[in-house]
Amino acid sequence: MPTVSMTVNGKKVSGEVEGRTLLVQFLRENLRLTGTHVGCDTSQCGACVVHLNGDSVKSCTMLAAQADGAEVTTIEGLADGETLHPMQEAFREHHGLQCGFCTPGMVMSAVDLVKKNPKASEAEIREWLEGNICRCTGYHNIVKAIQHAQTTMSA
Amino acid sequence: MPDEATGIGASVKRVEDKRFLTGKGRYTDDINRPGQVHAYILRSPHAHATIKGMNKAAAEAAPGVIAVFNGEDMEVGSLPCGWQVNNKDGSPMHEPGHPPLARGKVRHVGDQVAVIIAETLEQAKDASDLLAVEYQTHEASIHMDKALGGGPLVHDEIGTNLCYDWEIGDEAEVDKVFAGAAHVTEIDIVNNRLIPNAMEPRAAVGEYDRSDDRYTLYTTSQNPHVIRLLMGAFVLSIPEHKLRVVAPDVGGGFGSKIYHYAEEAIVTWAAPKVGRPIKWTAERSESFISDAHGRDHISHAKMAMDKDGKFLGLKVATKANMGAYLSTFAPCVPTYLYATLLAGVYTTPVIYCNVKAVFTHTVPVDAYRGAGRPEATYLLERLVAKCARETGISQTDIRRKNFIPADAFPYQTPVALQYDSGDYITTLDAAEKAHDVAGFPARKAASEAKGKRRGIGYSTYLEACGIAPSAVVGSLGARAGLYESAEVRVHPTGSVTVFTGSHSHGQGHETTFAQLVSEKLGVPYDAIEISHGDTDKVQFGMGTYGSRSLAVGGVAIDKALDKVIAKAKKIAAHMMEASDEDLEFKDGKFTVAGTDRELSFGEVALSAYVPHNFPHEELEPGLDEKAFYDPLNFTYPGGCHIAEVEVDPETGVVTMERMTAVDDVGRVVNPMIVAGQIHGGLAQGIGQALLEGCVYDDSGQLLTGSYMDYTMPRADNLPSFGVGTESTMCTHNSLGVKGCGEVGAIGSPPAVINALVDALWDLGVRDMPMPATPQTVWNVINSAGTAAAAE
Repeated sequence: MPTVSMTVNGKKVSGEVEGRTLLVQFLRENLRLTGTHVGCDTSQCGACVVHLNGDSVKSCTMLAAQADGAEVTTIEGLADGETLHPMQEAFREHHGLQCGFCTPGMVMSAVDLVKKNPKASEAEIREWLEGNICRCTGYHNIVKAIQHAQTTMSA
Repeated sequence: MPDEATGIGASVKRVEDKRFLTGKGRYTDDINRPGQVHAYILRSPHAHATIKGMNKAAAEAAPGVIAVFNGEDMEVGSLPCGWQVNNKDGSPMHEPGHPPLARGKVRHVGDQVAVIIAETLEQAKDASDLLAVEYQTHEASIHMDKALGGGPLVHDEIGTNLCYDWEIGDEAEVDKVFAGAAHVTEIDIVNNRLIPNAMEPRAAVGEYDRSDDRYTLYTTSQNPHVIRLLMGAFVLSIPEHKLRVVAPDVGGGFGSKIYHYAEEAIVTWAAPKVGRPIKWTAERSESFISDAHGRDHISHAKMAMDKDGKFLGLKVATKANMGAYLSTFAPCVPTYLYATLLAGVYTTPVIYCNVKAVFTHTVPVDAYRGAGRPEATYLLERLVAKCARETGISQTDIRRKNFIPADAFPYQTPVALQYDSGDYITTLDAAEKAHDVAGFPARKAASEAKGKRRGIGYSTYLEACGIAPSAVVGSLGARAGLYESAEVRVHPTGSVTVFTGSHSHGQGHETTFAQLVSEKLGVPYDAIEISHGDTDKVQFGMGTYGSRSLAVGGVAIDKALDKVIAKAKKIAAHMMEASDEDLEFKDGKFTVAGTDRELSFGEVALSAYVPHNFPHEELEPGLDEKAFYDPLNFTYPGGCHIAEVEVDPETGVVTMERMTAVDDVGRVVNPMIVAGQIHGGLAQGIGQALLEGCVYDDSGQLLTGSYMDYTMPRADNLPSFGVGTESTMCTHNSLGVKGCGEVGAIGSPPAVINALVDALWDLGVRDMPMPATPQTVWNVINSAGTAAAAE
C-alpha cells in the first residue's frame, strides 16, 4: 500500500493507504480526526470541507494520495488553543448551529468565503453556501454568523 | 442567585457549541471500539421479489470477511410496531411481520437481504459483490391507487393491501349538515412524500461483553430507552439489565431516528457471534432507501358553510401510504396525529374523516417533523383559502369569522381534543404587522412592473404536541406510555447533574434544561450539567419527538427540582433549628421568617452528604430526587404564517420573498433557541412546498435517491425569516410551555402554496401541487388558460 505524507493542523503525518482511500477517510480513520464528517456520497453536502493549501475542498472528493505533500487544516486545527477562531465564535454567538453535524464543513467553508470575498453580500453568502447543506437552521443564523465574522475576521 | 442572564427567558449561548465547533462532538460513527469490525448491508435492488436462493460461499471466502448472515441465519423476532389502530368495525389493523433481514421475499428497494462483516468496510463491500442472490422478480404496487385496486399484494398472508380503514366522527350527522349548507367548497389534496435527511446518516455499533454477558449498542437514536425496550424485548430477547443503549451526539433526527431499525438489531445480534464489536454506518444512498419516509397522503375534503361563510361541517377522506412494513409509530400518524387536528383553529361543529392506510412496495413511512399535523394543516388551510375565494370573503375575514375566540378556552373540538389556551386573532394581527401586509400592494405592483407575479398566502394553524398523556394515547392504541423521567442529583459541593429521558439532537437541551435548574435552585450555570442518551445513566426515558422535550421532559425536571427543594428545606430546617414551614427558599438561599438566619443552597447540599448530626429516623442523607411526569393533556401551539412569493411566469421559477411566522409556543425559556427551531421548521416547510419530493417509478425504483435528485433546501433557496412569538401559557403544566420544534414545518407549507395560487390567480391558476418546482409551476401556468376559460 502506498504511503502518503502531509501536514495536518501544523503536524507532519504519514500513513499507509489504499489507492482508493479518500482524504476524508485518511483524516477520520488513520488520524482519528473525527471532526470532519461524511454526510453524503455524491459530494453535495459539504460536511467534509477542510482547507487544502489554504483553499476549502470537499475531502470526500479527493484521494488521500492527491493530498500528498499538502498542508491540510481541519476543524480541529482552526482555533488558537482555547481561543476560538472568529468564525467559530460568530457561529456560537449567532446560534449558527444546532445538531452540529454540518457545522465543521460549514465553518471551514465560511472561513474561506470571508478570506476570498471579505465584503460578500447576503446573496453572495447564500450562493457560496450552495455546497453546504444544513437541515437544522434554515441557514438564517448561519448567514448572520458569517456577516458577523466579516467584521471580526478583518479586525 | 437566579441569574437573569441564565434563568428562564434568557438567550443563553449554547453549552453544546464549543465541542461541535471544534470538532470534538462524538457522533456514533466517531466511536471506534477495540477490535471493531465493519458491517455492510446488502439491500434489495428490487421492489418486489422472491429470494430463490443465496450462495454465500464466495463472499465468505473473500479477503477479510468474518461472517455473512442472511434472513435464514437470523432467526429473531419481528421489528415491532408500537401503535395499534383499529378498523371502523373495531377489528385490529393488519400487522404483518418485519424481519430484520428479509426472509422469503423482499418488499421494497433497500430491504435488507444480508449482512457481510469484515475487518474493513472496503472488504465487506467488495465481498458483497460476490454474494450471489437469485431473485424472482414480481410486479410491484408502488402507488396507493394500484395497491388498493387489485395490484400485487405486499404481504400475501394478509390477502389485502389495506392496513386499516379507520374513521372519526359521525358520518350521517355530517352528511345532514352538508345537505342543508348554503355553500360547499371541495378540494383534492396530495401531501407529497418526503425523505427526512438528517445530515448525520444513521449508524450503529454493537458490542458484547462476555465477562458480564452484557450487550451495548451505540446508535443514532432520538430515544435510546425505547430502542432498548423494542429491540431487547421484541426482537432479540435481551432483558433490559443486560442491554445498554447509548445515543451519543446525534446529528439531527426530525423523526427519522425515533424508530427501531433493522441495522441496530443486526449489529447487536451478530456481535457475540463474531466476538468483536461491529460498526455499521449508512451511506447517504442507503439512507434514502432505508430511513423511514414522511407524509404521502392523498385526500379529498369538503367544507359546508352558511351564507356568511361560517363553517358548518368538514368531511375528509384520506389515503395514507404506510410503505412495505409498519414502522414503529406509522399507524398513529395519519389517524390520531392527523384527523384529530382537522378542527384547526376553527369552530367547525361537526367533522368526519375516514382514513385508509395502504401497504405499497416502498420504504416504510412514519413520522417526520410534524407528523400528521402538517398533513392536517395543509389540507385545512388550502381548503379555507379556497372557501374564501369561492365565497368572496377575504382571506383574513374568513379566518377571523371562524376562529375559536380567545375567551372560549378550554375548547372541546368535535375530534377528541380539548385545547387549553390560544389567541388566534393576536397571532394573526401580529403576523400581518410583522410581515408588512399593508405594503403588499406596492410590492406586487413593483413585481408586475418587472413582468413578474407576486402573491401572498396565509396559514393560521394549530398543532397538538408535547406528545403524552399516557391514558389518552393508551386508549388510542399506543403500546407505550408517553410520560418523561428526570433525576436531579445535587453533589456535595453544590454542583448539579440532571439526568433526563429526553434526547437532544440539535435542540440544545444541555442549555435550556440547565436554565430551568439555574432559575429554580439559584445554582451557578456552569455548575449544572445535563446528561442524556445513555440507558445506563438515565433511569428511563421516552425520548424526543412531537415537540415534547420541554413540555414533558422539562416539566419532569421541574417536578424533580421541587422534590429537591422540599428535601433541602428539611435539611436546612434541621440545621437552623427551625420548622420547615417557617423556611423560605428564594434566590438560592434558605431563610427563617422573622430572623436573620440563612443558609445557601451549597451549604445545605454539603450537609446532605456530611450528615454528622442528622436525626436519621426522620431525615435521610443525600440530595438526589427523581420524578416521572405524565401530563394531563397535549399542548397546543398555534399561530399565523404568511408567505410572499414572486413568480417568473416565463420560467416558472419561484422566489421566496418573505416568510413571516408568529407563533404561540407557550412560555419561552430561551428565545434564541426557539427562534432557531422555528427557522429550521420553516426551511423544511418551504422545502416541502417548493423543492422536496420523493419520486418512485412504476417498478419501485427510487428516482430521487441522492442529493443530485432530491432537492434539499440550500441557503440560496431561502430568505431570511421574520419570526416572533405571541404566547398564551399552557394551563396544565407547571412551566406554561407548549413546544416549538415542529411549528415551522406544520404551519408554513399551505402559506407558501396559497401565496403561489394567489400570485397566479389572474392567469387562471386555481391549484398548485407540491413541490412547486419551476417545471411544475410552468406546466400549471401553461395549462391554466383552459381552466380559466371554463369558469
